[in-house]
Amino acid sequence: MKILYFALFRERLGRGEEDIAPPPEVVTVRDLIGWLRSRDEAADLVFANERLIRAAINARLAKLDSPIAGATTIALLPPMTGG
Amino acid sequence: MEIRVETAPFDPGAETNAFIAAAACAGATVTFTGLVRSRPDAPVEALTLECYPDLASNEIARLATEATTRFALSAVTIIHRYGTLSPGEPIVQVMTAAPHRQAAFSAAEFLMDYLKSEAPFWKKEATSSGEQWVEQRSEDERAKARWSD
Repeated sequence: MKILYFALFRERLGRGEEDIAPPPEVVTVRDLIGWLRSRDEAADLVFANERLIRAAINARLAKLDSPIAGATTIALLPPMTGG
Repeated sequence: MEIRVETAPFDPGAETNAFIAAAACAGATVTFTGLVRSRPDAPVEALTLECYPDLASNEIARLATEATTRFALSAVTIIHRYGTLSPGEPIVQVMTAAPHRQAAFSAAEFLMDYLKSEAPFWKKEATSSGEQWVEQRSEDERAKARWSD
């Protein structure tokens, strides 16, 4: 699956997207964040505060406890500041 | 229902006139236009809006559908720009049409309150002291909460 990062997350990680293959025990968006943090020091810092993470699955807003099974694209987003 | 997420500038007056012409039988229309803000103490030289266009189109359409049902709108148009803008330029325009003014006003407020925290745009301001991401205002989260039943 593909993972997308935006704004502050994209800048701090130094990349806007990557292809990932999380292990089967990664069931929810929250699990995915934990897995990303465990394999990358920069991600560990960037995603340290769960309250400042929004998520989307296949270009629809999702919750952190949403399951990621069947997702083709997951996005991790800082709080929005549009309008 | 018309949703546009785009980089090109738009003409707020022309958009308003077209909306009113198309909604002529509605009775009441409301237009809100959001502009790039500057500050006297730290003038903003440019504002860059980052966007996730696919998610923006989906979420704005979802909000517009919800507003149409909740306020019985006869028409709604939402335009949101992204890319690099200058102070004073229009960023967003929300236009609502309904049989009476209160529904049109309320729907426009509802849409703006939700767009602020659920539409995937991120503002970065450039001032003489460098570039900085704009942080989410807690007032914006509270403004949204008032619509929950």
